[in-house]
Amino acid sequence: MQTYQPPLRDMRFVLHELHGSDTLKDMKGCEDITPDLIDAVLEEAGKLVTEVLAPLNPVGDAEGCKYENGVVRTPTGFKDAYKTYVEGGWNGIACDPEWGGQGLPASVTKFIEEMMCSANLSFGLYPGLTHGAYQAIVSHAPQELKERFLPKMVEGIWSGTMCLTEPHCGTDLGLLRTKAEPQGDGSYKITGSKIFISAGEHDLTENIIHLVLARLPNAPKGVKGISLFLVPKFLPKEDGTPGPRNGVLCTGIEHKMGLNGSATCQLSLDEATGWLVGEPHKGMRAMFTMMNSERLSVGTQGLGVGEAAYQSAVAYAKERLQGRALTGAKYPDKPADPIIVHPDVRRSLMTMRAYNEGCRALSGWVARNLDLMERSNDPEERQNAEDFTALMTPIVKALFTDLGFTNASMGVQVYGGHGYIRDHGVEQYVRDARIAMIYEGTNGVQALDLVGRKLPAHMGRYLRSFFHPVLAYIDSKLDDENLGPLVGPLGKAFGALQLATGHIAEKGLKDPDEAGAAATDYLRLFGLVALGYMWVRMADVAFQKRAEANGEAAFYEAKIATARFYIDRLLPEVAGLWGSIKAGKAAMMALDDAAF
Amino acid sequence: MKVLVPVKRVVDYNVKVRVKSDGTGVELSHVKMSMNPFDEIAVEEALRLKEAGIATEVVAVSIGPAQASETLRTALAMGADRGILVKTDATVEPLAVAKILKAVIAEEAPRLVILGKQAIDDDANQTGQMLAALLGWGQGTFASKVVIDGDAVLVTREIDGGAQTVRLALPAIVTTDLRLNEPRYASLPNIMKAKKKPIDEKSPDGYGVDVAPRLKVLTTAEPAGRKAGVKVGSVSELVAKLKDEAGVI
Ligand SMILES: Cc1cc2nc3c(=O)[nH]c(=O)nc-3n(C[C@H](O)[C@H](O)[C@H](O)COP(=O)(O)OP(=O)(O)OC[C@H]3O[C@@H](n4cnc5c(N)ncnc54)[C@H](O)[C@@H]3O)c2cc1C
Ligand SMILES: Cc1cc2nc3c(=O)[nH]c(=O)nc-3n(C[C@H](O)[C@H](O)[C@H](O)COP(=O)(O)OP(=O)(O)OC[C@H]3O[C@@H](n4cnc5c(N)ncnc54)[C@H](O)[C@@H]3O)c2cc1C
Repeated sequence: MQTYQPPLRDMRFVLHELHGSDTLKDMKGCEDITPDLIDAVLEEAGKLVTEVLAPLNPVGDAEGCKYENGVVRTPTGFKDAYKTYVEGGWNGIACDPEWGGQGLPASVTKFIEEMMCSANLSFGLYPGLTHGAYQAIVSHAPQELKERFLPKMVEGIWSGTMCLTEPHCGTDLGLLRTKAEPQGDGSYKITGSKIFISAGEHDLTENIIHLVLARLPNAPKGVKGISLFLVPKFLPKEDGTPGPRNGVLCTGIEHKMGLNGSATCQLSLDEATGWLVGEPHKGMRAMFTMMNSERLSVGTQGLGVGEAAYQSAVAYAKERLQGRALTGAKYPDKPADPIIVHPDVRRSLMTMRAYNEGCRALSGWVARNLDLMERSNDPEERQNAEDFTALMTPIVKALFTDLGFTNASMGVQVYGGHGYIRDHGVEQYVRDARIAMIYEGTNGVQALDLVGRKLPAHMGRYLRSFFHPVLAYIDSKLDDENLGPLVGPLGKAFGALQLATGHIAEKGLKDPDEAGAAATDYLRLFGLVALGYMWVRMADVAFQKRAEANGEAAFYEAKIATARFYIDRLLPEVAGLWGSIKAGKAAMMALDDAAF
Repeated sequence: MKVLVPVKRVVDYNVKVRVKSDGTGVELSHVKMSMNPFDEIAVEEALRLKEAGIATEVVAVSIGPAQASETLRTALAMGADRGILVKTDATVEPLAVAKILKAVIAEEAPRLVILGKQAIDDDANQTGQMLAALLGWGQGTFASKVVIDGDAVLVTREIDGGAQTVRLALPAIVTTDLRLNEPRYASLPNIMKAKKKPIDEKSPDGYGVDVAPRLKVLTTAEPAGRKAGVKVGSVSELVAKLKDEAGVI
């Protein structure tokens, strides 16, 4: 059975105890954001997500979306659930109050995103894309477009999309062909075909606002000649209500491995009216504002699905009776012991738990920096936060989604044959989690972004925002009686990260294929060290709190045990990754294309 | 018309309740607590009366420890206008609750009081009735429909074998049953606003009410586990067992 309760206790730990939510209110626009308010918001969001969204997760998977004559119907129940979600004001949770949003900081909203991804990933995509489009418009569109479109998108009665992909171009957007012709009145006529557009057509909102990448006449070739346009499904009338149908039509939807409740659409644009967002030929830059935050959100998808898979696996492992504990029956009154007694099942459960809680902590750290970057009063702090988020974005995207898929697959393993069949719903997690490694820039491309852009940027300045605090922390805790056994291995892993970084900088400069060959291993190595740092910091807090934890000692003990598991059993993978990186590209690139 | 809605902080309905090892009660530390579900229905009904332009103000009152203010915040987040916390760490039995509410009502002068028919922790199902008796007001318990009609309220009650409608002169007491309505989710803007709504703090002493328990709990025990069933070989064996052993036919 799909089992999910929002991990509110762990979320509160990360937010309040690890990253200190009491300082949030010092940031611009966060004056009212106190711990008790945060708890109330998380609790109510948790209620909505478990009672309204989670029950629709298997429904959406089984039914999928239906396409007929240009119209797409979402699965049974999605429309009502969306209405409840929008009426509750949740759609605008992270949006600027200027446009009708609630302006909550990412430090809080990231957790709500996670809950939605756990409960119903497909559903979450609809508001998720609206938010992406919102961000591009807020940051780059002229005031008049903002006024016309943002309030309704923030409210959620209109939704958004991002239209990049075309049949012949996914990763390499330089090949993009969709054209935009200026009309002389400030508008453009846009013609081309787009594929794989999430939420490109559906029945949840009265209008859909597409953000479309296209080329102006005589635009330079490649990515430097791409502009961004806002193309509504219905052109708004003077009074702001949806008017005539625009020339953008859904010509079909994809049948997919998973994510069935989300409509993945082919769109045909035929002289559709649109308006420029940002400057001509600077569309990629505008798109990247939203891509970066979307990439972090896709990382959260990995975590969300991984958490649901973990909870479902725990529930089953306590209940499924099979075999006896190797050390002798633990439940002699039962025909067999529950499988949670077996070391191998423990290995799965602890791995999932350690990855999930580690990712949640890291996500909280990145979210705090997203907030600082936008809301801090100190320019230096803002710059540092921006460096840190830029550095961590590809790591969060690729590491979290890789681990999310691993966790979903482990969840199925715990269920045995009962996980592979449909009835228990846990194989859905595997199928749903798989896409997050592909869209918003494949994980391979994230690794290239880390190695090719983020490492060399400003002579390695971004790296400082991570390396400095981690190094200082390790140094300060080496002699700590409790933490010593955890800090030692972390220090070693961090050393490997430093070596690997130097190695790539040196080799990659001479031969870009060397950097490319190391990229994916390097990203994972980096990510595992970041999780290790989070785990030691969490153990640090847990050791301090354990003593005065009236009645909650078990929570902190579990944190410490999970930290040990991560450091002892998962972090050692770093050594293997460093070995692979050192070996270089030679064997990888040896074969001729024809030899495959 | 002012509407008063008492709300109680209880163990969340999802929690699997465990009896304390010494049998003095159930384990409440670090257990998720929420608003009694019947009280959520009461708040919802009051809010609907306000949205219909019938009620002018919805006041939520909770009697309990400091954390009961969270329960009041929930009511405020749903849309209630203000809260009153009657703070006490003692176990308050229905009679004491009714006496405190009577005192609150004397100050607040509501025309209608909507309570849950029972709280899901002790399932007493007494407070509304006792309160009505203490005040000498009419009572419409187990309500599945509430209609205000001038100076009266028509309450459709769930009773054995059907429904009964009573007409009560206002002011009156109504207690809610499950079918009365489906409570709303608190909206995000309202959660944020709830923080700024006032909660008055009072005490049982201030109202001159002695909350000392009148009942003594002897012991609390887990329900006995279910016994294994028996398989019957045929319909006639089943019929025979139902007749002879169970004595039900
Ligand atoms: C369910 C779903 C929803 C989607 N939603 C949207 C959406 O809303 N909007 C939108 O615009 N698009 C969307 N997409 C498209 C998605 O972003 C692309 O599929 C993705 O960018 C990859 O492009 P591609 O499929 O063309 O693969 P390709 O670009 O053909 O890549 C194939 C493989 O080659 C690798 N590769 C390609 N180039 C390089 C390189 N230079 N270096 C190293 N490796 C490389 C990739 O990593 C990948 O493993 C969606 C796709 C799916 C399946
Ligand atoms: C598509 C499909 C086809 C199949 N075909 C056949 C078939 O043709 N004939 C047939 O007889 N069966 C068949 N099966 C059944 C299959 O062999 C079982 O599902 C498999 O043996 C696992 O058993 P289980 O599902 O009961 O899982 P469980 O035994 O309940 O295992 C659940 C989890 O607990 C772990 N576990 C259980 N016991 C221990 C232990 N002692 N120590 C450590 N870990 C333990 C397992 O590794 C697993 O991760 C099929 C199953 C499927 C899904």
